[in-house]
Amino acid sequence: MSNKALKETVISVAGGTCGLASGAGKVREAFAAELGQRELNIPCILTGCKGFCAVEPIVTIGDIFYCRVKPEDAGRIIDETVIKGNLVEDLLFESEGNRFSTVDTIPFYKDQKRWLLELTGKIDPTSIDDYIREGGYESLKKALAMEPEQIIEAIKKSGLRGRGGGGFPTGRKWESCRNSTYSETRYIICNADEGDPGCFQDRSILEGNPHLVIEGMVIGGYAVGTGEGYIYVRAEYPLAVKHLEIALQQAREKGFLGKNILDSGFDFDITIVRGAGAFVCGESSALFASVEGRLGEPRVKHIHGTDKGLWDKPTTLNNVKTWASVPLIIKKGADWFASVGTETSKGTMIFSLVGKVKNTGLVEVPMGITLRELIFNIGGGILGDKRFKAVQTGGPSGGCLPESCLDLPVDYEALTDAGSMMGSGGMVVMDEDTCMVQVARYFLAFTQEESCGKCSPCSEGTYLMLKILDKFIAGKADEEDLKNLEEISRMVKETALCGLGKSAPNPVLTTLRYFRDEYLAHIEGKCPAGVCPALIRYEIDPEKCTGCNLCFQNCPQDAIEGEKKQPHKIIQDKCIKCGICLEVCKFDAVLKQ
Amino acid sequence: MHDYINLIGVLQETQEECGYLRKDRLEELSAKLEIPLSRIYSVATYYKSFSLIPPAKHTVTVCMGTACYVRGAPRIVERISQILNIRPGETTPDSMFKLETVNCLGACALGPLVVIDGEYYGEMSPQKIGGIINNYR
Repeated sequence: MSNKALKETVISVAGGTCGLASGAGKVREAFAAELGQRELNIPCILTGCKGFCAVEPIVTIGDIFYCRVKPEDAGRIIDETVIKGNLVEDLLFESEGNRFSTVDTIPFYKDQKRWLLELTGKIDPTSIDDYIREGGYESLKKALAMEPEQIIEAIKKSGLRGRGGGGFPTGRKWESCRNSTYSETRYIICNADEGDPGCFQDRSILEGNPHLVIEGMVIGGYAVGTGEGYIYVRAEYPLAVKHLEIALQQAREKGFLGKNILDSGFDFDITIVRGAGAFVCGESSALFASVEGRLGEPRVKHIHGTDKGLWDKPTTLNNVKTWASVPLIIKKGADWFASVGTETSKGTMIFSLVGKVKNTGLVEVPMGITLRELIFNIGGGILGDKRFKAVQTGGPSGGCLPESCLDLPVDYEALTDAGSMMGSGGMVVMDEDTCMVQVARYFLAFTQEESCGKCSPCSEGTYLMLKILDKFIAGKADEEDLKNLEEISRMVKETALCGLGKSAPNPVLTTLRYFRDEYLAHIEGKCPAGVCPALIRYEIDPEKCTGCNLCFQNCPQDAIEGEKKQPHKIIQDKCIKCGICLEVCKFDAVLKQ
Repeated sequence: MHDYINLIGVLQETQEECGYLRKDRLEELSAKLEIPLSRIYSVATYYKSFSLIPPAKHTVTVCMGTACYVRGAPRIVERISQILNIRPGETTPDSMFKLETVNCLGACALGPLVVIDGEYYGEMSPQKIGGIINNYR
């Protein structure tokens, strides 16, 4: 590299929670040590998540993308790439025999539209200067020169809808709150209580680019007409809290928060409130109660939160991604934002693409992209090239969609009509080895556990449904159970008090709708996917068994007998169907039936 | 800012100090903040991140997020339960291990994921977990 290029070089190590769990911290230390040895004064920063979790730890230098980097690779990357400008071929991303050297050519990134995530993974989230250098807080300056009503008008025109699940038009929510006559005092809240299992997009934004959310909130506070904002963060996200605390402090020092922001006469500040582990607190009225330091129980909403929310004052509650969209709309204009998407769903949506998919990660896509494009082009298809069975969107409140729904667009209405929902962006892919009855039970067990116990349709209804599903899994269910399951599901959906309860039956209802044959198979004593322990058995094929003793040694139940070098046998009465024998056998001699 | 007592925040700080919510500390808080002990108790038992018993020496956390679930997390929990002879949420009688399940740790690419005292063990299997737990004895 030329001296000039060398001067501008930055080595970025992706250090979100998943990156750190894969060893990104050690990789960065190795870079620091190797740079020190060579007396090179090149910054090596730990950024937020780059989104491609499947190939962590990720190191980027400019556009060059290295994956699965180990600490011992640091030296060669510096010598080859940083100093000589060559690629380290074996660390490039490889797929189907092709190697990809830059970020934008990799199939995983190529079809994405990374608007909100643009800077996540590029800047140091603990440095406000990095954010400002990339144009940060420019939108705030622009917004403060506008009238609050103009901002609300722009948000309405952009077509932005709530990214937390409901999909309520954001501009209209702000307007109701601003015009509420219930009180002069108002609040805004950022809902970062991302409790859906398998969801981490809010966490990634807060960890990787906290200032974007803060900027959005200051603009929102000005538009709604309040001086107080709260961020309610999930207890399990310590790194997000840490980065937010640093960011808030820096924003105060630079005058983007506090009294008389940028000499506009507008005062605004933000307080962080940590959640304490209760999924229902993602529901608006439960969240208000929790911020107030009470039990997170929802209440009946005869009056909207925009009139009576936190401490019974008009409150605007929006999700992390909704707030993060605001600076972009102000900066680039409502028309620009609305130019992407479908008739009713505008802009981009971030999904946590997980489960049995090759390219696990965080993806940001234009609204309107089909599920098939998302899973097969960006996601790279199914792990181990197995058969696709279902995709679950919307978390525990969403539903499972089958192959016939793969050409549906990502759109609030289309997903709801199919029985699922956009939700806050969880997307779990399942293959032929997944039992749909078990999946329904999994999600229901989650909502049952998280049910606050206030209303009986939810607390009792989900309990009864769970008991019926258990009968299916044990192979003891009959036609009557199927009928009862459907009836109770509908009852809970119609009569539960809050959103959590009303949507709890969705996973059951959608699996009943699209995978009814699997329920019927369980009634006949078969689990088509071969998952339910009561309905499967393990056997050893005497032809293939070499008597190597490995299964015998590993069986936790002493349920395998047989002499060394003679075919072994499983004692069915003792077998707990843990599957360890199948996992350890090197000769494919263990069969699952 | 609004003048109020963020009881959840106060309890979080108390728990960070002692590792759990000790009864005498809760009684002190009740007197100091003039909040009935019954209300403190109701909040402390409603939210999952609070504990009224001392922490175990090692905490084994199994992620039961959807991604880990479809990749086989329930079998891992089953195996750990069997090894330690406790159910999720319980602590061994010698206070050595506590077994916990958590809804999602957000490291879905590494699933099934087990975290022991903050150390991440990705791509776990019922077979591998036994040896790892033994290292903590």
